[in-house]
Amino acid sequence: MNFKKIKNLALDGLVKQNPTFKLVLGTCPTLALTTAATSSFGMGIAVTAVLIFSNIIISLLRNIIPDKVRIPCFIVIIATFVTIVELAMNKFLPDLYDSLGVFLPLIVVNCLILGRAEAFASKNPVLDSALDGLFMGLGFTAALTLMGIVRELLSSASIFGIQLWDPTVFSIKFFGSSAGAFLTYGVFIALFTVCYNAIENKARRASAQKALAKEAE
Amino acid sequence: MDIITMIIAALFSQNFVLVQFLGICPFLGVSKKIDSALGMGIAVTAVMVLTCLVTYPIYAYVLIPLKIQYLYILVFILVIASLVQMLEMFLKKFSPGLYSSLGIYLPLVTTNCAILGIAKTVTATVSEGAIVSMAFSLGGAVLSGLLYGLGFTLAIVLLAGLRSKVDKLNIAKPLRGFPITLITACFMAMAFYVFTLVA
Repeated sequence: MNFKKIKNLALDGLVKQNPTFKLVLGTCPTLALTTAATSSFGMGIAVTAVLIFSNIIISLLRNIIPDKVRIPCFIVIIATFVTIVELAMNKFLPDLYDSLGVFLPLIVVNCLILGRAEAFASKNPVLDSALDGLFMGLGFTAALTLMGIVRELLSSASIFGIQLWDPTVFSIKFFGSSAGAFLTYGVFIALFTVCYNAIENKARRASAQKALAKEAE
Repeated sequence: MDIITMIIAALFSQNFVLVQFLGICPFLGVSKKIDSALGMGIAVTAVMVLTCLVTYPIYAYVLIPLKIQYLYILVFILVIASLVQMLEMFLKKFSPGLYSSLGIYLPLVTTNCAILGIAKTVTATVSEGAIVSMAFSLGGAVLSGLLYGLGFTLAIVLLAGLRSKVDKLNIAKPLRGFPITLITACFMAMAFYVFTLVA
């Protein structure tokens, strides 16, 4: 495990393979809970916790679980951690528990978690899997929080529940509605793609120029 | 609850996909063609009805008397997964024609949040005081499974119809694929939102 490997995992989780904007996984909570920044951040953290622990356990058991019944095994492991997170949140963060509602138990069927179990944790050693879970989870949290901030700001003029200006002066209720969720998500994916492609093209051009310069030497 | 109110709620004002955001993955993923969207919708509806039929008694007569309601996530997901597996085997054996048209969607249905969502919705009414009226009995649970499933089918087939037109247009490159689908869904959600105002 060296620094470069960690950096690559971090880049993959946060940007290159961003679960929300690039892979478009776990869309249900993304649309439903981004009405406010607090609930989107809470959802992100809950998913991150489940993802890290399920990745660790699945990676530890990767040589024991038979290939044919791996999906049910993964689901049981994930469901166990979701139950733990749900009970803990019910006890210690009851307000957040109420605002997440049905989407907290639904983390079980979040394709992001099962997707990472199948694509990464079942093939890689423990530490790599734990870090993959951490960075994928953080990428998900960052994307959700960003959308939550934008929607909360536009629909009720506040961020994380802190009122910034009088909502009667300027606020667009539309962004708090279900139609607003679809629109915000669509625009965010489009913007992410534009920025990502621009940066990638620039990097490609820079490396091409470097290669040309080397040749000229 | 009045049955007409229930139908309007399940199909429009409380539509699983466009209002409650459950089952978005197949809604975006399997809506390229109307045929496959209809197949997915029917598969989801069938599994939803079965799920309600099975999880409701399990919750009311097994989990609550044993006081282990907190295990519901584990129990439900296992029951649903084995149910879908059994349905798949049953179709393969007795109705190969239906299997070839619906079978491919069945494994996808297991990890659909709409299924676990309906199980949670119908059993949530049990824990809150067990009022015996139509919506809270087993028949009511199965009926709501059927109606919410039809609501899902309606939404996914409508989106597939819209997409078959939209995908032919010349759209700006970054908007192609998911973004334009989400924006199409945005306009559908606006249309469905009107029913919330009526109800």
